[in-house]
Amino acid sequence: MSDPAITGTYVPAKPAKTKTQVAPRARRASTRAMIDRYSVTEYVMIYAGIALFLFFMLAPFVEGFLVSLKPLSQLFSTPYSFWPEGGSFEAYRTMWVRIPYFGLYIFNSLLIATVSTVIVLILVVPAAYAFARFRFRGMALVLGAFLAVSMFSGAVLLIPLFRLMRTLGLLNTYWAMIIPGAAFLIPSAIWLLRTYMMRIPPELNEAAYMDGASQFYTFRRVILPIARPGIVVVAIMTFIGAYAQQFIFALTFNSKTEYMPLPVGLFAFFGKQEVIWNELMAASFVGIAPALVIIFVLQRHLVGGLTAGAVK
Amino acid sequence: MTQSRAAWVFAWALLAPAILYVMVIVAWPLVETFRLSVTNASLRPTADYVGWDNYAKIFDRDFLEIILRTFTWTFCSVALKMVIGTCGAVLLNCAVPGRNLFRILTMPPWIVPMAIGIFMWGWMYNGQFGMISGLLQRFGLVDGPVAFLAYGNSAYWATIITDVWIGVPMVTIYFLAAIQAIPRDLYEAAWTDGASRWYRFRRITLPLMAPAIITMSMLSLIATFNSFDIIWILTQGGPSGSTTTMIIDTYQTAIGSKKYGEGAARAVVICIFLSLFCIAYFRMTRRLGTAADKA
Repeated sequence: MSDPAITGTYVPAKPAKTKTQVAPRARRASTRAMIDRYSVTEYVMIYAGIALFLFFMLAPFVEGFLVSLKPLSQLFSTPYSFWPEGGSFEAYRTMWVRIPYFGLYIFNSLLIATVSTVIVLILVVPAAYAFARFRFRGMALVLGAFLAVSMFSGAVLLIPLFRLMRTLGLLNTYWAMIIPGAAFLIPSAIWLLRTYMMRIPPELNEAAYMDGASQFYTFRRVILPIARPGIVVVAIMTFIGAYAQQFIFALTFNSKTEYMPLPVGLFAFFGKQEVIWNELMAASFVGIAPALVIIFVLQRHLVGGLTAGAVK
Repeated sequence: MTQSRAAWVFAWALLAPAILYVMVIVAWPLVETFRLSVTNASLRPTADYVGWDNYAKIFDRDFLEIILRTFTWTFCSVALKMVIGTCGAVLLNCAVPGRNLFRILTMPPWIVPMAIGIFMWGWMYNGQFGMISGLLQRFGLVDGPVAFLAYGNSAYWATIITDVWIGVPMVTIYFLAAIQAIPRDLYEAAWTDGASRWYRFRRITLPLMAPAIITMSMLSLIATFNSFDIIWILTQGGPSGSTTTMIIDTYQTAIGSKKYGEGAARAVVICIFLSLFCIAYFRMTRRLGTAADKA
């Protein structure tokens, strides 16, 4: 389980800008430009390095996409050919027949991710504010305990969770996938939002107090509106996490096809002896489309959100 | 001090729902795991106290082998993530045209549903028709098709590579942030003194990144130790146990064979290791934190 935000536990030292270091602006600018100037060889090496790195990151997607375009006959032929011949989007049509519940799987995935995000936000927004603004005895310990939660994956706690879900009668319902999943999304969300809320000047609280506002009123009317951009980022990050990590709970706590989220639904399909690869890949691409749309639409928020926990 | 008393009540009231939720879903199951590990719980409705029997039962040659395998698997994966992540961060930090696009392009493995990325690797490793085997054959590096997931050794490395692939984006972005936090003045001063690019990397970037590398490798160690999806989807611990890590082993015992008591004992062993990592991590970040404050 990877939590982007708890990575922020270490905050790199930000050196104080001392006055002595300030050089004339013009000279600084030219040094900066010179330092970033590369020779042709260096350019070639940098781009080659980046190309190799991105090849590793993206090859499975490129290959998966090409496979989804290839007809099965070409797929199961040797020697291996990279480019699809007579490629078509046929698999994107036929997969709907082969995987009858496909639409439902995507709906389930989105539903589970959305409800998980809502639960996490309801719990995390007040908690993050408390951690950001108040310092009472015991709170540091509680914060540490929250961070420690993310160290234990669901896999370790699966047995008691399974028994708990069975006792509550939640096995084979959406809740069996939502409730445990949400718990493991809380730590990173708290950390990220706390970092954001610590930047809200405490003078605002003091001013509200002077005006006779209650603590709750201050939280609701003063803090929440200001913190909205931070809450949006946390909501996006939580949603992505909830969408990306639907596997182990859904695999173990639910056996009803109509409630399965996409990864588990496709896993059943993947596990069969004769995998119809082009359709599986087509289905995968449709399944990751929401995530890719989020990346490209919200890239600015995303890079900020991913690194906000790390660097102030 | 009525104000501070009201604030105290308010602060804890804000925290209460989250604390309660985590208590029920994480803390209580953790305690319950310990309790179950000394019983013979199974599908039967009742369970008896059996003392240390479960522990005595699981500690055999096989289990020690699984522990050892988990550690080597985790170590290889984390080491590769750190090396590739550092290279990636340094490259993406270069002021070349297109770098913003390149930064975004590193993210998909992290952001798409994990299972789906793993399906794609499942195809890449396919022996008859997969890309890796196909390309190796085309370049004449191997004679026949290689079914990577069918042999112990190659399956072990195949699962590591996939784990690295999923982990690298987060490591890279984090390292990139750490590099960007290094004051430019240092580079400018070194540049003025005629230090080469490699020298600047070795004497400025690397030492100042070191805390980030240590922190990240600890976090990555914990995440990798818990890795389940990749191995389960690709090999389910096979062939003949060569990719069975402690998590997979616990899952097979508890969920596969329904031996909850024995599974819980295995989970407790994992918890002990995780707690040790956790303590090491907190101590390390505290020490690094104070070092950074002094610097």
